[in-house]
Amino acid sequence: MAEYLLIFRGGDAAREEEQQSPERWQAHMEKWMQWMGALTEQGKFVGAQPLKVAGRVVTGTGKVVTDGPFVEGKEMVGGYLICKAESLEEAVEISKGCPVLEHDGIVEVREINSLAH
Amino acid sequence: MNASFTISKLTDQLFRHEAGKMVALLTKIFGTENLDISEDVVQDTFINAMQVWPLKGVPDNPSGWLFRVAKNKAIDVLRRNKFSRQIDFNDPERTLLQSEYTLTAAVEKLWRDDEIQDDLLRMMFACCHPDIAEENQITLILKTLCGFSTSEIAKAFLTSEDTVSKRLYRTKNFFREKKIKPEFPAPAQLKYSIEAVLKAIYLIFNEGYNATHANDLIRKDLLDQAMYLCKLLAENANTRLPEVFAAMALMCFHSSRINGRINEQGEIVLLAQQDRSKWNRQLIEEGNAFMNKAAYGDVISSYHIEAAIAYEHCIAETFEQTNWQNILAYYDMLVAVHPNAVVMLHRLTVIYKVFGAAKTLEEMDAAVYKKDWEKNYLYYALLGDIYAKTAPERSKEYYQIAFNMTQSSAEKNLLQKKMNDRGGI
Repeated sequence: MAEYLLIFRGGDAAREEEQQSPERWQAHMEKWMQWMGALTEQGKFVGAQPLKVAGRVVTGTGKVVTDGPFVEGKEMVGGYLICKAESLEEAVEISKGCPVLEHDGIVEVREINSLAH
Repeated sequence: MNASFTISKLTDQLFRHEAGKMVALLTKIFGTENLDISEDVVQDTFINAMQVWPLKGVPDNPSGWLFRVAKNKAIDVLRRNKFSRQIDFNDPERTLLQSEYTLTAAVEKLWRDDEIQDDLLRMMFACCHPDIAEENQITLILKTLCGFSTSEIAKAFLTSEDTVSKRLYRTKNFFREKKIKPEFPAPAQLKYSIEAVLKAIYLIFNEGYNATHANDLIRKDLLDQAMYLCKLLAENANTRLPEVFAAMALMCFHSSRINGRINEQGEIVLLAQQDRSKWNRQLIEEGNAFMNKAAYGDVISSYHIEAAIAYEHCIAETFEQTNWQNILAYYDMLVAVHPNAVVMLHRLTVIYKVFGAAKTLEEMDAAVYKKDWEKNYLYYALLGDIYAKTAPERSKEYYQIAFNMTQSSAEKNLLQKKMNDRGGI
């Protein structure tokens, strides 16, 4: 069993729209609850958090701090989830339940590497 | 009566009735290992109410308001402690409280108010864990689930606030180490657990009935709450045992006489002088119904016998018609089941009724409970009665000792009256 990082990109525009209505917002969050709840029941959930839109970028040996470049909307990282899975294929199957996909979002699935020699 | 006074009275009342339920719910989120967090959230919520209500008015549904605010505060606490080890997020029921994606929905899922009565009972059983000393169990139930202050518990137990704080500290430490999960006991364990729970309930009841607090005579809210908790046990499929019904019957019989027991001046009226038409017939009937339900099984608990004693008083149409012989027989049974100083002392008052002074003094001398009795004002009050006719001066001295020992102003008034009359019952 390996750990996988699921990186969520985009999907935020739709979420903002849903924030206008408490009922729709609750329904949207209920989807997260169902998806992550199922993972928890299977013992595969490790952790997950959404990210704020604002941030900083630190670059190079000079440690230059800038406000960007952040790509807009679709490609911006909006959150992550770490889960356990037997294979990349299973992790991909898991990722298909992610609610961001319903709002034109993208999920990138990556196995967490072990750096042991 | 000004607004802020009314609000503080209302919040006091709500604290008694709702704080325990709120703690029971919050414990599902924070665990018994974090009782302090749950209690802090409840405390904060009530402070908030006392700040907001005088300005914005009391909400239409004050309880609903309190639960909503407590829920939001719990979410804030979870947010602040997302990465702390204090809260056990490894428990599958709590894992999703750690992620912002699911925090609110996960709290909503745990915050089911239709299960609140079960939660409260589960908490009662957690407090009555067999590895916790009995006095610590009772202290925690009163503090955490019944909204009692440390000083009220100290008065109820005739002990110091310091002792009560130590008991609470020890029990919470036990919870912290063992992470006890609130649940209904296994069938084999049920009898033992129920006993401790009933004892705590009865203590609350007695606290209300005897009112050790100066100037706050009959604490109806205490009686109500004790009966509420007992009713929860009686109505729950997991806990409806004969002794639960017997305890319920006992409390119904006792509380039926409340209205006759105190006059308009807040003075205690002796059983002999009580206006029996003021007794609550409906409560007596309810007590009978519970007594019938208590009659199955082969268990005779002390509650069965005490209820039978209370019943004898309830059915006597006049004081003179009281069947003291029956009552004495019940006391003898009670002594056999549950020998202790208080029961023996009460039995003596019946001996005095049935056989008079000489026999009572004889039994007193033969008893091993003298040391315990000497801590109880009732003992001196009884001695005062015994000597009232034969040795008035001596009688007065005993009444005076009893007067100095009791904290209840109603009892003090009664003893003062007896001293003035130099006569007992």
